[in-house]
Amino acid sequence: MRHDAGAPASGRPGRDATARRRLGAVLAPVLLLIALLGAWEGYVGLGGVDTFVLPAPHEVAAAAWDNAGFLASNLKPTAEEVVLGIGLALLSGFALAVAIHLSPVLRRAVYPLAVGSQAVPIAVIAPLLVFWWGFGVLPKLVVVTLICFFPVLVTTVDGLAAVDPDELKLLRTLDASRWQAFRFAELPAALPAAISGARIALTVAVIGAYIAESQTATTGAYAGLGREINADLEALQTPRAYAAALVLFVFAIACFYTLALAERRLAPWAYRSRGEVR
Amino acid sequence: MRVARVSRSYGAGNGAPVQALSEISLHAAADELLAVVGPSGCGKTTLLELICALQAPDAGTIECMPAALMPQRDLLLPWLSALDNAALALRIAHVPRARARARAAELFDELGLAGFEQARPHELSGGMRQRVAFVRTLLSGKRLLCLDEPFGALDAITRAEMHAWLANALRREPRTVVLVTHDVEEAVVLADRVAVLSPRPGRVVRELEIGPARPRSRTDPEVVALRERALAALGQGAGALAAGPGS
Repeated sequence: MRHDAGAPASGRPGRDATARRRLGAVLAPVLLLIALLGAWEGYVGLGGVDTFVLPAPHEVAAAAWDNAGFLASNLKPTAEEVVLGIGLALLSGFALAVAIHLSPVLRRAVYPLAVGSQAVPIAVIAPLLVFWWGFGVLPKLVVVTLICFFPVLVTTVDGLAAVDPDELKLLRTLDASRWQAFRFAELPAALPAAISGARIALTVAVIGAYIAESQTATTGAYAGLGREINADLEALQTPRAYAAALVLFVFAIACFYTLALAERRLAPWAYRSRGEVR
Repeated sequence: MRVARVSRSYGAGNGAPVQALSEISLHAAADELLAVVGPSGCGKTTLLELICALQAPDAGTIECMPAALMPQRDLLLPWLSALDNAALALRIAHVPRARARARAAELFDELGLAGFEQARPHELSGGMRQRVAFVRTLLSGKRLLCLDEPFGALDAITRAEMHAWLANALRREPRTVVLVTHDVEEAVVLADRVAVLSPRPGRVVRELEIGPARPRSRTDPEVVALRERALAALGQGAGALAAGPGS
């Protein structure tokens, strides 16, 4: 009798706690966003900040609404640069990491150059990229790839090196060749590391696309959000520049979680130990 | 398997090299289970790596057929199912995936692992993981198996279960086995012969034939008596060292 009465009562708090946690997971970012927007709106309204300096959130929202088609058309080339650039960075970063992992000579020769390459301002090499490939999408892709391959390279090299040496020893007693040890043990271990690298790279990929568009400028109708932001700022169309930045903001978040989902699908074993998507 | 007067030492960072094994001699007949017991750090793992040709001896000779190693940690690959982990050696030997799985599945049925084929390593208990690791070692196709403290990380109850399971598995799939352990009871329950090693540098201080028929119980008086003799030999080995190395 006591057990019958006690069981459901003790079961409920657990379920309530789960529901509360789930609600909190949705509510927390929404409340934070509302608080930030409220503070922004209040600062512009009460502080008398000029709209050319800082437009209020409602002006940005209005600009986004009025220019939805225009922004979408400009997002297309930028999104292309980011997505293809990340893809190329994943491929090139991964390939270089494998080469460095397999060859100590290559590691000593190439790693310092890869680090150094990250310090070269894009403006320095932009004229060369334009000279080679003109003003199309290709030089912009190269810029994004150049910026993004590095995090992929570093995380993949570390992922390859983190394979348990005892695992490799075991594979040797099973007569595995170097290639088989790579295929069965090292490659699957490096895969989630490479995708993690791509997620880090993503944060700079969008800025990379902006820089690429600024440096290898196109003057066509829909030249990308980066080009548009520059033009709008010059023309004192600040609310629309903010609206374009908002589009990049949302786009980056969407890409980040898409990659997190891809990692979960491609490397469920790595996801399991980490729990939540981070 | 025959190990004759084998020595192996390591250069320690700076200073004098550490001698892991000193003129050690051992042998195991076909389908015999030789247990090697000794205190921690007496070079047991080194011995197995020498037998598995992962290292070369400084002196002495090792004559044996190719050996497969089963390490203390299961080292199952987290991205493969239990069945694919067990079939790893076959895949490495270029057996097509379907046939490799079929052969591993046969052993799963035979050794009481049926139903766990698709489980990922993290879903298995410690004992189950060691069973899968043992099947992987069996499927390497090698006649000589080197087991390096395979049950060292398990709790006492699981370990006792594993002893019965391993004895049964070896009855069905006979192999020559070198079992390294620091658990004297494990050695006496499982082995045909027990070699007791001294502390580093390891050498054989005593060999015991284990007579009683299988399956053996830990509480069988004969088993208990053999365990006492092995423990006494371990104590002697430590005493000899205390009296002075090389004595």
